[in-house]
Amino acid sequence: MSNQAPVRVVVVGNGMVGYKFCEKLVAKSKGDNRFHITVFGEEPRPAYDRVHLSAYFSGASVEDLTLAPAAWYSDNNIKLLTGECVVKIDRAAQTIATHSGLVVPYDTLVMATGSAAFVPPVPGVEKDGVFVYRTIEDLDAMMSYAKTATKAVVIGGGLLGLEAAKATLDLGLETHVVEFASRLMPRQLDAAGAAMLKRKIENLGISIHLNKNTTHFTGNDAVTGLHFADESLLPTDMVVISAGIKPRDELAKEAGLATGPRGGIVVNDSLQTSDARIFAIGECALHNGMIYGLVAPGYDMADVVATNLVTANAPPFFRGFDMSTKLKLIGVDVASFGDPFCEKTEHDTILVEDKLKGVYKRLNVSPDGKHLLGGVLVGEAEGYNMLLQTVKNKIVLPPNPEDLILPARTGESAGSGMVLPDEACICSCENISKGDICAAIETQNLTDVAGVKRCTKAGTGCGGCVPMLNDLLTETFKKQGKVVRKVLCEHFNYTRQELFHLVKLAGHTTYNEVLKANGTGCGCEVCKPVVASILASIHNEIIAKQPVIQDTNDRFLANIQRGGTYSVVPRVPGGEITPDQLIRLGEVAKQYGLYCKITGGQRVDLFGAQVHQLPPIWEALLEVGFESGHAYGKALRTVKSCVGNTWCRFGVQDSVTFAVEIENRYKGFRAPHKLKGGVSGCTRECAEAQSKDFGIIATDKGWNLYVCGNGGTKPKHAVLLAADLDKETCVKYIDRFLMFYTRTAEPLQRTAPWFEKLEGGIHYLREVIIDDSLGICADLERDMQHIVHTYQDEWRTVVENPELRAQFRHFVNAEASDPSLEFVEMRGQKRPADW
Amino acid sequence: MNIHSLNWLKAAPVSAFPENGGACVMLNGQQIAIFNFALTNKWYATDNECPHKHEMALARGMIGDTAGEPKVACPFHKKTFSLETGLNLQGESYCIRTYPVKVEDGVVYVAV
Repeated sequence: MSNQAPVRVVVVGNGMVGYKFCEKLVAKSKGDNRFHITVFGEEPRPAYDRVHLSAYFSGASVEDLTLAPAAWYSDNNIKLLTGECVVKIDRAAQTIATHSGLVVPYDTLVMATGSAAFVPPVPGVEKDGVFVYRTIEDLDAMMSYAKTATKAVVIGGGLLGLEAAKATLDLGLETHVVEFASRLMPRQLDAAGAAMLKRKIENLGISIHLNKNTTHFTGNDAVTGLHFADESLLPTDMVVISAGIKPRDELAKEAGLATGPRGGIVVNDSLQTSDARIFAIGECALHNGMIYGLVAPGYDMADVVATNLVTANAPPFFRGFDMSTKLKLIGVDVASFGDPFCEKTEHDTILVEDKLKGVYKRLNVSPDGKHLLGGVLVGEAEGYNMLLQTVKNKIVLPPNPEDLILPARTGESAGSGMVLPDEACICSCENISKGDICAAIETQNLTDVAGVKRCTKAGTGCGGCVPMLNDLLTETFKKQGKVVRKVLCEHFNYTRQELFHLVKLAGHTTYNEVLKANGTGCGCEVCKPVVASILASIHNEIIAKQPVIQDTNDRFLANIQRGGTYSVVPRVPGGEITPDQLIRLGEVAKQYGLYCKITGGQRVDLFGAQVHQLPPIWEALLEVGFESGHAYGKALRTVKSCVGNTWCRFGVQDSVTFAVEIENRYKGFRAPHKLKGGVSGCTRECAEAQSKDFGIIATDKGWNLYVCGNGGTKPKHAVLLAADLDKETCVKYIDRFLMFYTRTAEPLQRTAPWFEKLEGGIHYLREVIIDDSLGICADLERDMQHIVHTYQDEWRTVVENPELRAQFRHFVNAEASDPSLEFVEMRGQKRPADW
Repeated sequence: MNIHSLNWLKAAPVSAFPENGGACVMLNGQQIAIFNFALTNKWYATDNECPHKHEMALARGMIGDTAGEPKVACPFHKKTFSLETGLNLQGESYCIRTYPVKVEDGVVYVAV
């Protein structure tokens, strides 16, 4: 093809779609130097990401938003002229002329002029303080004006308007949104979904005014308010207009190209205008009476034109575009897919509305219940990708389609990407199919999402399909029979179990030693706490001596809470507490103004302590015999007990004494995750031992030992390991069990999920723990004995060691406490103020 | 920016900052997190406030690197930020400010 005549391509407009066209044409014509591309952009800088414009207010720079630097254009032999405005097209001569007098000939002309903000002709719109939300220059002007303003009104409650409202909120302004229609996002959401969105946005402090028709802006030179048709007035310091877009078709119109009555350059399915040498793509193009105001269809149009220029065979067509969209608006997930309203289609709806959580979901299902037609998601849009694919690929719905939008009943995800046909479009921004992605994973041996993004470009646009990419990776591995080895992170190519053994064998005692011997790089927030936990499980040294590798709570031996204060939980073994200890808890709470709550583990939690108050608080608690409760650690928490046969008329054994003994035995023991125990004095099971990592229930012959239960996200009953044990044997089995789990579990894996993945289940576990089939029981017991013998109360160690104690301060250059802390009163106690 | 025109403020002695970890200083009424990245023998300074939930906590976060890029993870929700550029490394739109740091005669200085 390279011997063909050169083609001069001129692109008018260097926005997102104009850039994408260049990118596609360069990629498709690689090695073929026919195309001489010249791009004109009227803005002073190369194309940038307009979709994420509001990031500019939260600190992103122009460079962060730029799609490709000027060098990219020159590297690909594209002549980029920014700040150069095309003012005339001479179709007869096939040239364009710019405002500076440049005349450039073309063989093919691509109009990617985009759109401008639609500014309604409201009297007073020219006043100072009235802005549109479109370009980086608009944003700069808004930011500088906002310095003297306290209140902003955004006109327009659609997608862009809410984006703009987020921007003014980020600027610290009291923000109001004014919408002409009776609901927010009228093009994407139904009334109930829009009402839910309104509630959520109002909760964030943005006022919403619906059914408001602005008749004029008040003020002399600068705007002071909006006057509405209902005679009401909304005072303000500035106004941002985001009421829609107006296609930039003036140049085309002047050149005599066909344009729509309400704007837009008329194009056919090949995106050709009424002049076959001129194409229009993006928001300036009017296709089948539609202007597409989203970036994905614009990218699709760019692809169609680029492909048509490069190949004459089987040219693709633009057939309209699904306007499904998912986005995070001011932190609220909103999605609309397929036909969200089904106003003209026969359908049945499935509705889920949870006003408490602020979630609204609607599915439109065909009357026979077989196919999904579309829907709306507000407040939670996790299922969006799967639902969209279900619509697009006409996948037959399961018998209970409501499961698609209800929380999963069995804890499994609602559906996996593998049920989709190969031609299903996964990434609609880049138009990449499932088949393309799976093939790339297989042939190029991709192992992570970053690799998939690099090789296929899927997931590089809006990023909405990334969870789906993850699914496809896992599923493709499974199909290939690949064992997915769960290595810690990029710094350690070992599983936790492997690293545990390496550390134990080598006797490493610090993170840096472990990293040097077994890892690469500088470590991260994933591997540091894992190594810290392994070191603690093996050596049981004071963790405060290596504070910088400890996870959030372990670093200050307390639980960090909203606002950055900490909560304090002293150990109350078996739930047994003396009156003096109770009094001291009250005294300490009063002295430091702490919020008090009884925990689920038979202890008292004191909230609201500042970091420098922790050592003196503990000093006072240690005096009456309290010890650290390790509520902050992935460690033994509590051993809950019922009152047992010392008081209870039904009890058959002394559950409290046993619980106290067990809790004192394992206190301070750090494991892959937190550990909880329980001891019940009879079969009534008042200590709920069967919901614990290890639970003991008294029988008239001894004790039954249950393991691997937990509450939490996925409640799981513990399984009987052995029955009618004497105390000594029971403790021996717990020693072995806890150590075996600690050696072999994944990071942050509790005993229940660990057990679920244990091949051979309870039979295997019995063989290892009771029959010693692996011959490791003596070793496991010795390791646990070491933990029991080396226990020291870490809070006593810190309080008595001036060097360790000195770590507990907010500022290292001032005595002050964190001045940003704020509390409000609630039911006679305090809690952190909302941000 | 001309490096000589920076307004250097004294933060604290080197010993106030744990190796491979951070600590918070108050400078001109502003909370600044300073990190002693001993593994590479570098120092970094950023806002102490995490822009995600506006918690004053970054100095208490773990530091490390990803693909050679030094980073800090907020202790609250493990949002990670580049210590070089301040960008969020999980691709979210918020980011933090970074400040020049220097060490002279055992004292750490930051240009705020």
